[in-house]
Amino acid sequence: MDIPYTVAPRPDTGLYNAKVGIWLFLASEVMLFGALFSSYILLRVGAPEGYWPHGWLNVPVGTANTLVLITSSITTVMAWASCKMNQFGRFKFFHACTILLALTFVCIKSYEYHDKFTHYEIVLKDGRIADGHIVENNPKADHVVIAGHYVTDKKELYDLSGLSAFHKHAELSIPREQIADMERYGPWHNTYLAIYFTLTGLHALHVIGGAIVISFLWFTGRKMWESDPERFTNRVEVSGLFWHFVDLVWIFLFPVLYLI
Amino acid sequence: MHPHEAHHEDAGFWRTYVFSTDHKVIGIQYGMTALCFLLFGFCLMMLMRWQIAHPGEAVPVIGPLLAAIMGPVAAKGIVSPDLYNMFGAMHGTIMVFLAIVPLAFAAFGNYVVPLQIGAPDMAFPRVNMASYQAYVIGGVIMLTSFVLPGGPAQAGWTSYSPLATSIPTDGQTFWIIGMVCLITSSLLGAVNFIATIIQLRAPGMTWMRLPFFVWAQFVTAFLLLLAFPPLEAAAIMQLMDRVAHTSFFLPTGLAVGGNLAHISGGGSPLLWQHLFWFLAHPEVYVLILPAMGIVGEIIANNTRKPLWGYKSLVYSVLTIGFLSFIVWAHHMYLTGMGIRIATFFQTTTIIISIPSVIILTCMFISLWGGSIRFNTPMLFVMAFLPMFGIGGLTGLPLGFGYSDIHLHDTYYVIAHFHYIVAPGTIFALFAGIYYWFPKITGRMMNEFWGRVHFWLSLIFMNFIFQPMFAQGMAGMLRRMADGGANYSQARTPGLTGGLSSTMMGLHTWILWAAICLGIAQIPFIINLFWSIKHGQPAKSDNPWQATTLEWQTPTPPPHGNFAHAPQVHRGPYEYSVPDHDTDFTPQNEPEETAPGKRRPIPEHAPA
Repeated sequence: MDIPYTVAPRPDTGLYNAKVGIWLFLASEVMLFGALFSSYILLRVGAPEGYWPHGWLNVPVGTANTLVLITSSITTVMAWASCKMNQFGRFKFFHACTILLALTFVCIKSYEYHDKFTHYEIVLKDGRIADGHIVENNPKADHVVIAGHYVTDKKELYDLSGLSAFHKHAELSIPREQIADMERYGPWHNTYLAIYFTLTGLHALHVIGGAIVISFLWFTGRKMWESDPERFTNRVEVSGLFWHFVDLVWIFLFPVLYLI
Repeated sequence: MHPHEAHHEDAGFWRTYVFSTDHKVIGIQYGMTALCFLLFGFCLMMLMRWQIAHPGEAVPVIGPLLAAIMGPVAAKGIVSPDLYNMFGAMHGTIMVFLAIVPLAFAAFGNYVVPLQIGAPDMAFPRVNMASYQAYVIGGVIMLTSFVLPGGPAQAGWTSYSPLATSIPTDGQTFWIIGMVCLITSSLLGAVNFIATIIQLRAPGMTWMRLPFFVWAQFVTAFLLLLAFPPLEAAAIMQLMDRVAHTSFFLPTGLAVGGNLAHISGGGSPLLWQHLFWFLAHPEVYVLILPAMGIVGEIIANNTRKPLWGYKSLVYSVLTIGFLSFIVWAHHMYLTGMGIRIATFFQTTTIIISIPSVIILTCMFISLWGGSIRFNTPMLFVMAFLPMFGIGGLTGLPLGFGYSDIHLHDTYYVIAHFHYIVAPGTIFALFAGIYYWFPKITGRMMNEFWGRVHFWLSLIFMNFIFQPMFAQGMAGMLRRMADGGANYSQARTPGLTGGLSSTMMGLHTWILWAAICLGIAQIPFIINLFWSIKHGQPAKSDNPWQATTLEWQTPTPPPHGNFAHAPQVHRGPYEYSVPDHDTDFTPQNEPEETAPGKRRPIPEHAPA
């Protein structure tokens, strides 16, 4: 006895096995991201008044990345539809686009991460805080150079929503002996950055995982397409469902982290 | 069938036994691994009981070995308080995540569910293999943490932050990574079980013809599927706290060892507790529901009548599954979460006892008027019912906030949940092993030694856990490495509310009961392995004369399970139907051969 309904749908459920499997898996993914979003809400509600960051992320860049992912969802559907219409060449074209868009997304995300990791908050011994992107940080030199500004109260750093995303700062040269503490905008910097890196990092892992699966289908698919096209189309559909879920997570992540 | 069998035998040792995709082999792999972990977790517990009864004294016999393996924390063979904490944390983790869940859900589920629904295998055989491999990797990581410098996790199986985050060993990091592997394993298993039950039911196997065990596994799989991911999220955040120095669970102003910790702060320790218990309460139903399923099968078979209230049982299990997601904060009454929230969780907690009682009542009524066969599986099941009853009823005072204030974190809690899990779930698992052993091997387990195993286990289980209720009500707290000696009247005469010498003396009683319980498992272990080759051969493929489909296969079932694709004609418990030649009618027995002109019981010799 072979396992039934691996390709054709079971009449009473109308689904083939893998489709049931992927929907169940996505249900568990909803719970995973749901728990992280709940944690986000709890941390944000628990933050002291005025100490939840606004405008720390680059909205135009985030918007661009959102468009990239939405476009990739469209190409994914087109790839599946091409399989259904028996056009393998078109499938190859559309999923090539999906893979490139996924890479674009990851590159833009890396740029954003890099932007945070070169961003420093420097507490001076006189109590002032210098905040900005590092220009020069040679351990041997006696000055640290950042492109940023001075503030006297840490709270001033938290609401940057009025600023343009691409404004230029003056370069400040800070003598090393005046520095009391110097910290990058890494996940350890505060709970906002912690949840930002955790959520987007986990999401990026999903993007990479999905891209690997789609690449696998793209590179090795011809053999199965020729021997068992229906099964191959199912695989494209199942991986596509996962890809749409990954997009959907970003649709929630973008407003939560960038806009509100 | 033959091409498959030939293919299977050609596959060689590694593909057949180690990297197998056959659900039966995977079930046995899960079972054997989980039984080893069960024994290991039990040994940790015996070491802890020694330390509680004899604080600061070297462990007899294996003390030097302990010192050699664990290093300074076990200097001179003494279980130091640190080592006690490690054993406590790992006993809980191993028993729950590496022993009971894999045994109850993965082992029995894998072996029995596809057979009972008439499927050739699980829906995703390779995912099934990956699930077992993830489980093994998780187990190896947990075991490896024992030999790390600084030892394994020691913050309890609950791993509450900030304690778990601020302990400066790598053991906790290993614990988190191990948990992520185990969670992955459970998720893969859960997806597979649900898809299998939805998609691969044989023709005619409608939802209300599913054996109760399948229903129990179905709901259990949903609990694992939806409750584990929040713990995975929590584990990721705790890992970030430990590795990337974030402050998800670390509050502002946290002091560690008298110094202000160098962290950003702003996190919430309660967040961990909520996420943890959001898993861990459904988890206790993951522990008990498969056991209830096994009990239902064995009761119907040995009373020779249908399970009473099959539909009530099914709906109760579904109700439990739903309600178990909204009771978690009853573990947290003492965290100061507020009266309104506590009221909500008290209400749901008491409501969830209703379906549990319905299940237990149906099981008891099923016994009524039956001519019961008292074989070993049935004995364990008969003990399960009152033992689970004790465990369940003693949970009610913990469900109410006002009585929980006194009982919280005492030995009463330990006794309560061990009554559910040890003489409850584990007894049902023993029953399942004795019951399905003939299907797996073609031989019966020895009945006499089975009874010895049963009676000794029953007596000593109660000797261990019954005194803990008294200790707990007297105010003895759990997780004290000296068993509360510092709070005893002997140490501090005249101490108000100090523990009396009677209460302290019970530690010695419990220690010896635990050792005897350990000895009582020896007949089982020998019986299990001896019977594989030397047990009495089962008289037929269906030695218990059962109705469900797993007994209508050749023994042991070949690759692909059924000789002919089964067609199901009736419900799962058609026992003692009037006007039939036999007192059981298998689910796949065609209707025309049923009343009057039944063919004789098929008697195949074991393959």
